[in-house]
Amino acid sequence: MASSASKNSLLLSKIATNEKHGENSPYFNGWKAYDQNPFHPTENPEGVIQMGLAENQLSFDLVEEWIRKNPKASFCTAEGVEKFRSVANFQDYHGFPEFRQAIATFMSKARGGRVTFDPDRVVMSGGATGANELVMFCLADPGDAFLIPSPYYPAYYRDLGWRTGVQIVPVDCDSSNNFKITKEAVEAAYEKAKNNNIKVKGLIITNPSNPLGTTLDKDTLESLVTFINQKNIHLVCDEIYAATVFSSPKYTCITQVIQDMDCNPNLIHIVYSLSKDMGFPGLRVGIVYSYNDDVVNIGRKMSSFGLVSSQTQHMLASMLSDEDFVEKFLATSSKRLAKRHRVFTKGLEEVGISYLKSNAGLFCWMDLRRLLKDQTLDGEMVLWRVIVNEVKLNVSPGSSFKCVEPGWFRVCFANMDDDTVEVALKRIRALVGQEKKAQEQAQVKSTKKRWQSNLRLSFSSSTRRFEQEGVSVKSPHMMSPHSPMPHTPFVRAIT
Amino acid sequence: MRMLSRNATFNSHGQDSSYFLGWQEYEKNPYHEVHNTNGIIQMGLAENQLCFDLLESWLAKNPEAAAFKKNGESIFAELALFQDYHGLPAFKKAMVDFMAEIRGNKVTFDPNHLVLTAGATSANETFIFCLADPGEAVLIPTPYYPGFDRDLKWRTGVEIVPIHCTNSNGFQITETALEEAYQEAEKCNLRVKGVLVTNPSNPLGTTMTRNELYLLLSFVEDKGIHLISDEIYSGTAFSSPSFISVMEVLKDRNCDENSEVWQRVHVVYSLSKDLGLPGFRVGAIYSNDDMVVAAATKMSSFGLVSSQTQHLLSAMLSDKKLTKNYIAENHKRLKQRQKNLVSGLQKAGISCLNGNAGLFCWVDMRHLLRSNTFEAEMELWKKIVYEVHLNISPGSSCHCTEPGWFRVCFANLPERTLDLAMQRLKAFVGEYYNVPEVNGRSQSSHLSHSRGQSLTKWVSRLSFDDRCPIHGR
Repeated sequence: MASSASKNSLLLSKIATNEKHGENSPYFNGWKAYDQNPFHPTENPEGVIQMGLAENQLSFDLVEEWIRKNPKASFCTAEGVEKFRSVANFQDYHGFPEFRQAIATFMSKARGGRVTFDPDRVVMSGGATGANELVMFCLADPGDAFLIPSPYYPAYYRDLGWRTGVQIVPVDCDSSNNFKITKEAVEAAYEKAKNNNIKVKGLIITNPSNPLGTTLDKDTLESLVTFINQKNIHLVCDEIYAATVFSSPKYTCITQVIQDMDCNPNLIHIVYSLSKDMGFPGLRVGIVYSYNDDVVNIGRKMSSFGLVSSQTQHMLASMLSDEDFVEKFLATSSKRLAKRHRVFTKGLEEVGISYLKSNAGLFCWMDLRRLLKDQTLDGEMVLWRVIVNEVKLNVSPGSSFKCVEPGWFRVCFANMDDDTVEVALKRIRALVGQEKKAQEQAQVKSTKKRWQSNLRLSFSSSTRRFEQEGVSVKSPHMMSPHSPMPHTPFVRAIT
Repeated sequence: MRMLSRNATFNSHGQDSSYFLGWQEYEKNPYHEVHNTNGIIQMGLAENQLCFDLLESWLAKNPEAAAFKKNGESIFAELALFQDYHGLPAFKKAMVDFMAEIRGNKVTFDPNHLVLTAGATSANETFIFCLADPGEAVLIPTPYYPGFDRDLKWRTGVEIVPIHCTNSNGFQITETALEEAYQEAEKCNLRVKGVLVTNPSNPLGTTMTRNELYLLLSFVEDKGIHLISDEIYSGTAFSSPSFISVMEVLKDRNCDENSEVWQRVHVVYSLSKDLGLPGFRVGAIYSNDDMVVAAATKMSSFGLVSSQTQHLLSAMLSDKKLTKNYIAENHKRLKQRQKNLVSGLQKAGISCLNGNAGLFCWVDMRHLLRSNTFEAEMELWKKIVYEVHLNISPGSSCHCTEPGWFRVCFANLPERTLDLAMQRLKAFVGEYYNVPEVNGRSQSSHLSHSRGQSLTKWVSRLSFDDRCPIHGR
């Protein structure tokens, strides 16, 4: 049986048997920990809280109300059912014109009405996952490369490169300038690739950024557009979080920028989706919007591999062309995200955990560098395993986003209710608070006291043993003669 | 530097074929009963529009499923968030049960081996991505679905090598044809990774015989390659002989998980033809090989089925009363409709291959060709599209090796429109060819031209590419 299996694996393609789907990254390991022991307020209050999933669950009530009031859109009335056959039969890869129109209008409203979009440039795809892959298939050949500022969404590795054979060349950004993308960094990455005989076909940016939660400022966008024009390479803007901007600075989208610049439109492409802005990842609505006619034309043919279900198109055409609903939704969603962000970051501040100031997205980019025993990838992994396995929060380590600075973590806050946010903050508080208490106790004892390998944490009703995985209590760093006080990974960050 | 990829710049999407050009002509001038009675009647679209009423009446009685509700409660949020590429368990269960029911419950399927994809288009491409590397090849019997050129080759870089089937034996697959195709591939330095068949066949409208299936299994076993059976039309087998799935034959031959070939036999399915729901994009991959299932599952991320659709269809297909009635009624109506088309064709002096499945007939118009060439076939086709105003699909677009065959669809238009189409055809044939009505047997009529043209000598089999008789990208 085993030999038959391995013989059969020789019969599979390289794509099927390589690891380029990227699912063995720690980004996904945390999910597995959650899957095995998911938090539930009543049934499993000690379970792992999922904070690694960038979902927007804050405004479903508005959508549910709309669905109830508009049963026709769901084939739930006689009139609705009459539409069933024509909808069910419709597989034209152009999509319903009403759907494309509704998407174009929605995209405009999500950008504050500052720009408009042409429905004839709207191309469907299987979620943003499908959209990103489709764009690569259109713009690059196997072996070609795209520049991507790090930290970036972990699944780009799969989406952009798995079946397309396209390489990712990171443009490293770090906290020295709040992770801004600089022209110098982009140029350096481009030159380095060129020197290694790697053909760079373009640059991909995610704006607003995942995992940073920040929007790019106009100057940065303009300098990137200038750069790609000079090099005659493509610019793909993943604007999947466009409507999650909840505070200033105001969002500047790529369409706004190129309107005012001398730019070759054939180089500009947008990826969009309803998965984050509306919270509909299950409906698989991905959009490719390109200013390049050839890309629109070919992309449309390729969209056959991932069209949006006509049932879904039909419902969304109706929903998103309801201007009152859309305006109310966007305003309310933004307000609720702002509030949730405020509550969460306040909670972090209270325990001295710092984070990158952000104005968008469904997550916070937390700075836990001071809690690392070693400012290394390993140090980050140690801390992360503790957070997942002991503190029971699934957060995403910065390394899974290819962040060059260890110690940063993305923590999602929009995929849970208010009570669960409180539980999560409580756990963080208890953890850091207990640590503070432990430090104070250690202070009164001899400085030569041996570091205890077990730290007892107390939660509201139980005591857990805390084991430092993979950390040697006798490590030089820990016993440094320069630091009289022994440190734990959870020492208070604020000084 | 070329700005776009090779995929984007060459015609490897295959959409310049006559199959698609006919559609374009139809779109410019579509027939309408009231507004455009002289327009082109679409008979090139293999859609099943015969049983929507059954689904509509189910919907009217079961509004919950379409309203994002379950047991009176809204489950919208749950569905809107559900993007697990393993699919909704209830839906997968309902799918495998439906697939089994279509096969008379002679075989069962394990939902854990089913991978959902955005239509069969995505399923077929995903299979090729999993089973072959760029530059490798799959063997496919001709004539075949024109869309395969795009679905299997375009982005994968894999080649199709045809297994030539001819009318001499009703286009059945023979051992000789299989071997010849395999040798041809080797001659062109193409490593063959598998055979892909469509059963029931598009465009032939016939089910594969048990013999053919045994032959295929022996062949793939012998060569150590894969067999993909696209069974998208499995629910449209409306008369005998009954449909035999490759999975049934595996069982017959006592092939189980301990036999090597077990893991190399895969099935593609979809609800686009059987249920007439192409817009909903519901396709599926089924494999006994865990590695294929694992790889395909990950790849399905690029084209998952909308959770809204999974929920609705899960409720529909779990209703056994509906599925039982639907399958039976579907067969009945398809059978009747096919009979109408065949009889209409006969009145025009045209016969077709004896079909028992599918949504189309494989029509023999060889006697209407000016010469036994593909040029003549194209001439005839253009006349039929532009003068008779019928869009039908020429055999050459399906890579048929013999000129003169056309695929004519019968389930995508109302009966009265079909009748009108047949009247037009009869008038055309009468005017140009003066052919007597066929006496009901599947034979070609003798040609007698009013214009005095005679059949030219049979030309030798054409190659589209002089270097190698394989259609390039």
